[in-house]
Amino acid sequence: MEHNSTGIPHGKLGMWIFLSSEIMLFGAFISAYIVLRMGSPNFGVPPEAIMGRPLATINTFVLITSSVTMVLALAAIQRDNTKQFAMFMVLTSLLGMTFLGIKGYEYHHKISEGLTISSGLFGSFYFTLTGLHALHMIGGLIFNAYVLINGLRGKFNSRHYERVEYAGLYWHFVDLVWVILFPVFYLI
Amino acid sequence: MSSSPEHHEPSFIRKYVFSLDHKTIGLQYMFTSLTFLLFGFGLMLLMRWQLAFPGKPIPIIGGLFGDTFAPGGIMLPEFYNQLGAMHGTIMVFLGVVPLGVGFYGNYFLPLQIGAGDMAFPRLNMMSYWIYFMGGVLMLSSFLMPGGAAQSGWTSYPPLSVIAPPGQTMWLISMTFIITSSLFGSINFIVTTVNMRAPGLNWMRLPVFVWAQFITAILLLFAFPVLQAGAILQLLDRVAGTSFYLPAGLVVSGTLLNRAGGGSALLYQHLFWFLAHPEVYVLILPAMGIVAEILATNTRKPLFGYKTIVRSIMFLGVLSFVVWAHHMFLSGMKTSLARIFMVTTMVISIPSVAILSCYVFSLWGASIRFRVPMLFALAFLPLFGIGGLTGLPLGFLPTDIYLHDTYYVIGHFHYVVVTGSLIALMGGIYHWFPKIFGRSMNEFWGKVHFWGTVVCMNGIFFPMFIQGLAGMQRRLYDPTVQAHNATTQILSPFQLLAAVSLLVFQFPFIINLFVSLFKGQKTVENPWEATTLEWACPSPPPHGNFLSLPQVNRGPYEYSVPGMKKDWSAQNE
Amino acid sequence: MTENEAPHPASVKPYILVFVGLGILTGLTVFLSYLGLPRHTAILLAGLIALTKVTLIATFFMHLRFEKRAFVFLLLVALFFVTVLVASLIKDIGLIH
Repeated sequence: MEHNSTGIPHGKLGMWIFLSSEIMLFGAFISAYIVLRMGSPNFGVPPEAIMGRPLATINTFVLITSSVTMVLALAAIQRDNTKQFAMFMVLTSLLGMTFLGIKGYEYHHKISEGLTISSGLFGSFYFTLTGLHALHMIGGLIFNAYVLINGLRGKFNSRHYERVEYAGLYWHFVDLVWVILFPVFYLI
Repeated sequence: MSSSPEHHEPSFIRKYVFSLDHKTIGLQYMFTSLTFLLFGFGLMLLMRWQLAFPGKPIPIIGGLFGDTFAPGGIMLPEFYNQLGAMHGTIMVFLGVVPLGVGFYGNYFLPLQIGAGDMAFPRLNMMSYWIYFMGGVLMLSSFLMPGGAAQSGWTSYPPLSVIAPPGQTMWLISMTFIITSSLFGSINFIVTTVNMRAPGLNWMRLPVFVWAQFITAILLLFAFPVLQAGAILQLLDRVAGTSFYLPAGLVVSGTLLNRAGGGSALLYQHLFWFLAHPEVYVLILPAMGIVAEILATNTRKPLFGYKTIVRSIMFLGVLSFVVWAHHMFLSGMKTSLARIFMVTTMVISIPSVAILSCYVFSLWGASIRFRVPMLFALAFLPLFGIGGLTGLPLGFLPTDIYLHDTYYVIGHFHYVVVTGSLIALMGGIYHWFPKIFGRSMNEFWGKVHFWGTVVCMNGIFFPMFIQGLAGMQRRLYDPTVQAHNATTQILSPFQLLAAVSLLVFQFPFIINLFVSLFKGQKTVENPWEATTLEWACPSPPPHGNFLSLPQVNRGPYEYSVPGMKKDWSAQNE
Repeated sequence: MTENEAPHPASVKPYILVFVGLGILTGLTVFLSYLGLPRHTAILLAGLIALTKVTLIATFFMHLRFEKRAFVFLLLVALFFVTVLVASLIKDIGLIH
């Protein structure tokens, strides 16, 4: 067995370190948003109707639910329940895809109403930040698919579930970023 | 920890191209970064010609550049700007950092902590190839319509937003480089935290390891901010956004058709948030190398190990809160500038502490004047000059005069070239026996050393004089400003020094390659050094150590009273 | 592969409770946004609720409450640097003279 000075698995430490760098990435974008929102003479905040608060609220619930199903998938494999693990992983992915689908509809609607990436700073930030978030979600979906396939192959059990955990950490982080983006763009 | 025996020899591709072994990857970084350094050097030589003899055709190779860059061999201002922007970019991001971190960190971090490899070998391999691809993309930008990036290595908007397509390639290429760096940081941090040999607690780590560790942390937290800034600039260029474009911007007499409302200063903050820690990324690995060379060649423990370590940590933290000293003349709020001036003055303290400890390490030492030691000794006063000349730049009132003059260029070349690069070169001589099991030629090493140090000073010292006389940087023809006439005389001398510097690298390049094949074979530990990398065969096999080392003492147990030998290995 | 060190949670109840909590907080923050509160109050409340939700996700779903304190320290370091960045940016660009 390989020597480990701290007892923390390499992958877990690595994932947390990666996430802290992601805090810097999203933090920088959000800082740029805050500062231009505050100080720019023409930021271009759109009327409430275009933003579609109710649909975005539903979408937020969708994503939060997917976070719960993700952690329940982990709990299941920690108890050697591969079937439940697979079910929850599939649910997580379906909810994630639903989120992206609703987002796609939102984008279409906003663009048709004249809120585009170049129509003004609000639009620029909205599409850039939620777009970056969506890209991260797609990455998460790919990671989850990998975990699901390997789980179905019997690679995970109550003693070896590390990659499920890391996929979960990443997924929760993506949810966490949305928890911040949602009020920033829709509620304030 | 040795790996399980290989059942079959890996293919050439697996062994040398897509290797997972940190040593092979380290060497890939070394050869690639040295090549980029040479290329960046070439760009500088062209600039030096133009500065010394503005408007005169470039000799010998002038015809090669074609009409887009240098019609009739005479450099166009646009080409000069491309050379400037690309020289800086290539030297910093494709040259010095990949050498100091990608090569030195990758090769020696696992060895010095007694590990068999990095924590994530596949991530390590990806790091290198993504860097390589980023480098190729960066160089390819010269072939784009309008040429390469030409808005300074800093790429400030609005200029960079309206610049030709080469700038877009710069932004994309930076994304590759940043990704490579991020993967590397994760690897280095996890490796250092988790894979230290038994008995190797934090305060027994060699200074080199501390330097690499803190460097990785700096890169981890700082680069994402530049990535965000670069993405916003990319969108401004290709998606019609106005993150950095104020309303009513007029370009060449035409009103720019954009929503506006953006801030050019925003980019500067996001850029320098990375770029200031970046300069510590440039120097810390070098300081780590100097520490190792000094300890080995003074035959005594480094003076003030704890102070050095704490200073490196303090330097790392502080490096995140000084960035706006690069922006004193940008139009930023002076109340904010004052805060950054204070933090900048404070950050000089740990820097001085580290250098002082190195100098004090020489007291009462039994100095071995081998080639690596010559480089390490030269580092001390030269980095000192670099650091001291930074003070009037960090001090707001004097920076008003000195900003964007050649004084700045002199300052940062002293710290990076006569500082960092000198140490990085010395490290190659120091560790060559370990990597290849052979030694480099001492005589030609000394020729390389003396020629390099003299010529470097010949190029950069006059810059302080030129800067104080008011010569501006990024100006393709200094003679357009009348006050430059007094210092123009120095320019041909600098060109001569630069060409001579190139000539003096040939002994090094030849020495390196000839010694690879014909160098005298050495023993495992020819320098009688204490740190763990010397406790494995030279060159180290796959898996490095024949058995997991057990560390029983600190890193610099030299000349311990009462011991028979003047050194004790860490795992003895 | 090394074994996982953090203890397995005994039941899924905490997750369900947190889920309900997140739902309530989401509903609350949306409700508050319709009240037309003064700007600074709206931002403060939305921020506090978002912070609570983030803490819940990090503590329970990401198991920070079981992990070594070093992870929390790592995140706080990142947050510290973001704070320095945003504070400097606000002071320089965000505040209109």
